[in-house]
Amino acid sequence: MQTGGKAARPLSPHLQIYRPQITSILSILHRITGIALSVGTLMLTWWLLAAAAGPDYFATAHGFITSWFGWLLLFGWSVALFYHLANGIRHLAWDAGWGFEIPQVYTTGYAVLAATAILTAIAWIAGLTMGG
Amino acid sequence: MQSNLGRVRGMGSAKEGVSHWWMQRLTAIALVPLLLWFVISIIAHAGAGHAAVVAWMGQPVPAILAVLLVAAGYYHAQLGMQVVIEDYVHNEGVKFAILIGLKLLTVLLGVASVFAILKLAFGA
Repeated sequence: MQTGGKAARPLSPHLQIYRPQITSILSILHRITGIALSVGTLMLTWWLLAAAAGPDYFATAHGFITSWFGWLLLFGWSVALFYHLANGIRHLAWDAGWGFEIPQVYTTGYAVLAATAILTAIAWIAGLTMGG
Repeated sequence: MQSNLGRVRGMGSAKEGVSHWWMQRLTAIALVPLLLWFVISIIAHAGAGHAAVVAWMGQPVPAILAVLLVAAGYYHAQLGMQVVIEDYVHNEGVKFAILIGLKLLTVLLGVASVFAILKLAFGA
């Protein structure tokens, strides 16, 4: 027993010795996608301001968004959005007291991943076929 | 040690009670239908030019929903980013400065977005 000063007790959690689990991965992904969406919303504001500024500046913004880098950002934004949306609904269910049993946590976790993939695919297929 | 009144009111040391938690959920619930509407609308307008966007935002319902979307969106983002900063930034001064910057920036971006929508809605 050490008296005075800081005892060198082990810190928890040691992330590097834990085997990644779907629960922890999905949890940190919710936070990462939330940060990504916060930053990505800048692009939405820029797009709105560009539209309000007039056709010339809108063409500049549109040119960036439809460049390969713009498409990449938009694709990443859509994946993050659908993930955060689906997992957010999962969080709201937990807030309502539903889905705390371990099998349910796993089932809803995989459902969130499936929903993200399906919604992203639907959105892009619809967007690319309907858009010019 | 907490007085009976303090315990019953449940406002905690920050005097805000559960308002942060509650507003995070309330904005989340609002954002579910708003984002579904927005994504579908954006897909429907994919590749459309400036005139189509102006015509879209010139209608009352899309303009109102767009204002609600950016308001709820930036509010939700601010609440979420606040928690992330509070979790990872441990220097009190730096944390305080970042939180002030975050709040001012999200208000600025939210107001700028609403201004752009209203300018489109009422005709530039």
